[in-house]
Amino acid sequence: MNPSRVAAIVLRQIYLYRGSPVRLLPMIAWVTIDIVLWGFITRYLNTVTGARFNFVPAILGAVLLWDFLTRVMQGVTTAFFEDVWSRNFLNIFATPLKVSEYLSGLVITAIGTSLVGLLAMLVLASGLFGLSFVSYGLALIPFVLVLFLTGIALGVFGASIVLRLGPASEWLIWPIPSILSPFVGVFYPLSTLPRWMQAVSRLLAPSYVFEGMRAIVAGKGPAPGLLALSCGMAVGYIVLACLTFTLVYRHAIRTGLIARYSAESVG
Amino acid sequence: MIPANSTAVLSVQGLCKTYGQTVAVNDVSFAVNRGEIVGLVGPNGAGKTTTINMILGVLEPTAGAIRIAGVDLAKRPSEALSNTNFAAVYAPLPGNLTVEQNLRVFGMIYGVKALGARIEAVLDEFDLLRFRRQKCGVLSSGEQTRVGLAKAMLNNPQLLLLDEPTASIDPSSARDIRARIRNFAAERQGAVLWTSHNMYEVTEVCHRVLFLAQGRILLQGEPDALIREHGAATLEDLFVSVAQQSLEAEA
Repeated sequence: MNPSRVAAIVLRQIYLYRGSPVRLLPMIAWVTIDIVLWGFITRYLNTVTGARFNFVPAILGAVLLWDFLTRVMQGVTTAFFEDVWSRNFLNIFATPLKVSEYLSGLVITAIGTSLVGLLAMLVLASGLFGLSFVSYGLALIPFVLVLFLTGIALGVFGASIVLRLGPASEWLIWPIPSILSPFVGVFYPLSTLPRWMQAVSRLLAPSYVFEGMRAIVAGKGPAPGLLALSCGMAVGYIVLACLTFTLVYRHAIRTGLIARYSAESVG
Repeated sequence: MIPANSTAVLSVQGLCKTYGQTVAVNDVSFAVNRGEIVGLVGPNGAGKTTTINMILGVLEPTAGAIRIAGVDLAKRPSEALSNTNFAAVYAPLPGNLTVEQNLRVFGMIYGVKALGARIEAVLDEFDLLRFRRQKCGVLSSGEQTRVGLAKAMLNNPQLLLLDEPTASIDPSSARDIRARIRNFAAERQGAVLWTSHNMYEVTEVCHRVLFLAQGRILLQGEPDALIREHGAATLEDLFVSVAQQSLEAEA
């Protein structure tokens, strides 16, 4: 792994954000809308139910953490799409750059962009709606870690799909978090779901995060074993996603896809 | 003429590429020596770009071996490609970065030492100093070609691959670029593989020409010698004749 080559991939993204501040807007705009919308919903729910249950940490906290995962995933995919949109694959891959260095550059970019979104969400959620993560205690660390790793894995997997199927498949990638959220149980306990959906949920590491979060809000502690399992699963996703990208990349090298990457050339 | 003691920077042996039943490149072998400019010419679909893509490591050969500066491309691609660079009319640098930003990013990818000074040198060499803060996307095609060549020279490559580098530029700029490439080969002893459909250009620039058709090398030699040996008036006449024979053979 050559740090200079990884830094080059990150620097390209920094130049893009610096050259066009409009790119910063989506990092903040969508999470702001989500926090404001769900902030008022939770405030309303608190007034309806009285003091029996506090919806702010249960729902607004969940929205914030799920948006964090989404931002991490989109941090990877958007950085990758920049090379798709500018048809830069030939320039990028006909160089000494290794796939691992390229992916590392995308991941570091995603860390930066998702932190911007996270900061905006924290400021809004705590400032306007009094959300505090103190009640989660140390469990917050594995929560954030699992969501971060899953977001990275989804981003790398999404990039693999677009590399394999072509630029038009970009629209398959954006809705991935929305498709997963009902299974993950962002807003409700997994026991609410039918059996087949619960079976899918058990395969998704973030499910354990949101179950753990609800357990804390309900006054119980999260199950350490399940949190450890979800961490292990998230690491497994990363390995699988990187393996998928590498296999798709090798296929693209074998078939000439990298050299002539466009919507028309992908078959 | 190429110095007698020149050594191969690029060595291609038995290169093949097939897509199902279609043979794009068929048992191609050649070498490009230090200080030598080799023209790779042939009709559309002859396999020129396929060959270049395999040398650039973005297309895996079905068979054969490629060595760049003695390094096996299949076994150590990153090391082999650090000795290489390329410019192609169909691979412009990202239009949403400035000239200088693009050079910095690619300079870091190629591990260029004293990058700031090197960027200044190539900006000056390719008359790009006044465009350094312009986004590449707003430059004319000739200016973009010069930026691509500046990127290609950034790491002082031992092997330079140029796929129709003068295809979209005016005669005056094309002459200028040919002079720079000749200078690169002569003074820095770089090896150059150059594809072009402009036979005048190939005659003027290349020490040696490889005629490729249907994925095979049909003829090779020094441009003037080939013209004499085949009794053609110009390299273009020879090219047309060889291409027609190839098409007739295919039919």
